[in-house]
Amino acid sequence: MSKKVLVLGETREGSLRNVSFEAIAAAKKISGGGEVVSVLLGDSVADFGAELINYGADRVITVEHPHLKSYTSDGYSQAMMAVIDQEQPQALVFGHTAVGKDLSPKIASKLQTGLISDVTDIEGEGDDAVYIRPIYSGKAFEKVKNKGDIDFITIRPNNIAPLEKQERSGDVSSLSVDITNLRTIIQNVVRKSAEGVDLSEAKVVIAGGRGVKSAEGFAPLQELADLLGGAVGASRGACDADYVDYSLQIGQTGKVVTPDLYIAAGISGAIQHLAGMSNSKVIVAINKDPEANIFKVADYGIVGDLFEVIPMLTEEFKKVM
Amino acid sequence: MNIYVLVKRTFDTEEKLVISGGKIQEDGAEFIINPYDEYAIEEAIKVRDEHGGEVTVITIGGEDAEKQLRTALAMGADKAVLINTEDDVEELDQFTSAYILAEYLKDKEADLILAGNVAIDGGSGQVGPRVADLLDINYVTTITSLTIEGEKVTIVRDIEGDAEELETSLPLLVTAQQGLNEPRYPSLPGIMKAKKKPLEELELDDLDIDEDDVEAKTETIEIFMPPAKAAGRVLEGDISAQVTELVGLLKNEAKVI
Repeated sequence: MSKKVLVLGETREGSLRNVSFEAIAAAKKISGGGEVVSVLLGDSVADFGAELINYGADRVITVEHPHLKSYTSDGYSQAMMAVIDQEQPQALVFGHTAVGKDLSPKIASKLQTGLISDVTDIEGEGDDAVYIRPIYSGKAFEKVKNKGDIDFITIRPNNIAPLEKQERSGDVSSLSVDITNLRTIIQNVVRKSAEGVDLSEAKVVIAGGRGVKSAEGFAPLQELADLLGGAVGASRGACDADYVDYSLQIGQTGKVVTPDLYIAAGISGAIQHLAGMSNSKVIVAINKDPEANIFKVADYGIVGDLFEVIPMLTEEFKKVM
Repeated sequence: MNIYVLVKRTFDTEEKLVISGGKIQEDGAEFIINPYDEYAIEEAIKVRDEHGGEVTVITIGGEDAEKQLRTALAMGADKAVLINTEDDVEELDQFTSAYILAEYLKDKEADLILAGNVAIDGGSGQVGPRVADLLDINYVTTITSLTIEGEKVTIVRDIEGDAEELETSLPLLVTAQQGLNEPRYPSLPGIMKAKKKPLEELELDDLDIDEDDVEAKTETIEIFMPPAKAAGRVLEGDISAQVTELVGLLKNEAKVI
């Protein structure tokens, strides 16, 4: 049986996030030929509708309201439930993002459904869809099947390839929803992530460990990350030593990342750190210690001083880009 | 203040996983309190010490989880509740856990409920928000700072690396992110005292829950290890030649730039 699938689209700093397109690709598979409907919530989001259509959505529904400018679980759940009531979907796909992680359990609770979080791959289509997700921070994986009427998943950014963008046409409509009784008031957001490249969505991650030795030591890593359009991350050791904020920590506690390119500089490779990055597509290790554990998971390794190697790498990349 | 903390017993992060018979081997493994739940316990103790009241830690699991509850009591929690599902429920999912916890909590008039933002084993991060929804109270996830003045609650939460400052009120459920605090180690007197603190054990019957009500909505059909990676290449030669070779490999062989 084909399914109607609702997909939550997300914007960040004035443009659609990639995960919105990846979610459409996931929804296509789950739909088994059924309709894929993207949903956009915000104070002014209608202009993004056409792009979602071009990435494969059949239809777009927008809910615009001043109370949806910032995410709150109350505001977004009221808007989303109104769309769900209208559309009666058989499946839902959100990104496993700050918004998706916070909102999806509340919607699942209201719908009394299961929720399969942090999906990295989908096997089969339509009713036969089976979801693959990491457990123990990627030390193992599980295949999960939904037993109820509604398949509800969140997908991890950077794992399911978006469909090719092409000029398509589709209906973009708006739904008016009364958003009331918000119990959370957002005061302020302090931007800490540099250059707006989110660690969990970055295609390139340059991560430093205790070997970076100081907060200033992260500067060459940041320079390389900026050049490659990537983000800087860190091991627990570097965070515990206060070189960088905990929000950059990669590992079993901290973030799990799966970029195309992961460069580990001065990271020994404790098992907890490996859990957070070992599923990256290509791993480069730079470490003075040839016996460091990180070399066991690296595709390419350089035994050497990161403060010598990283600036040279930056110069070499400049030549070929 | 009436404070509850939801905790989970998990594999020690140092443990290597072994799968046999389609399940993660647990024999001989070390278990700990889920690290994010430790932040929640620490914060609960701090809130109680500042505002008065009582901290109750709750877990769902088997007899074995008593050890983690005793640890939480040794840290400074006042009471513990073990909801033992060993005999009643074969497979729990997040729906199941949230339903059971909410049934327990519904008449407790909790002012504040804390939990870890995610468990490092299952990694879904669902149970906290689901419990809040079932109790019809507000929730805030991945918090890094919590200040309570009367009914007013000021929170900083981590949103993908950025810090969001917000205001809300009690009753409330929050989930802890790393950076919220530095969890204390149980002291020796704490460990001695913990042995005498009340630890209540309940089963689904005690909560008037029918097994059918908590049947999991999802089913794990297979657990597997990620494919082993082929051994990588450690480059040789002088550093500048290695760097040139590396960039060439990333561009032409790995094709990631």
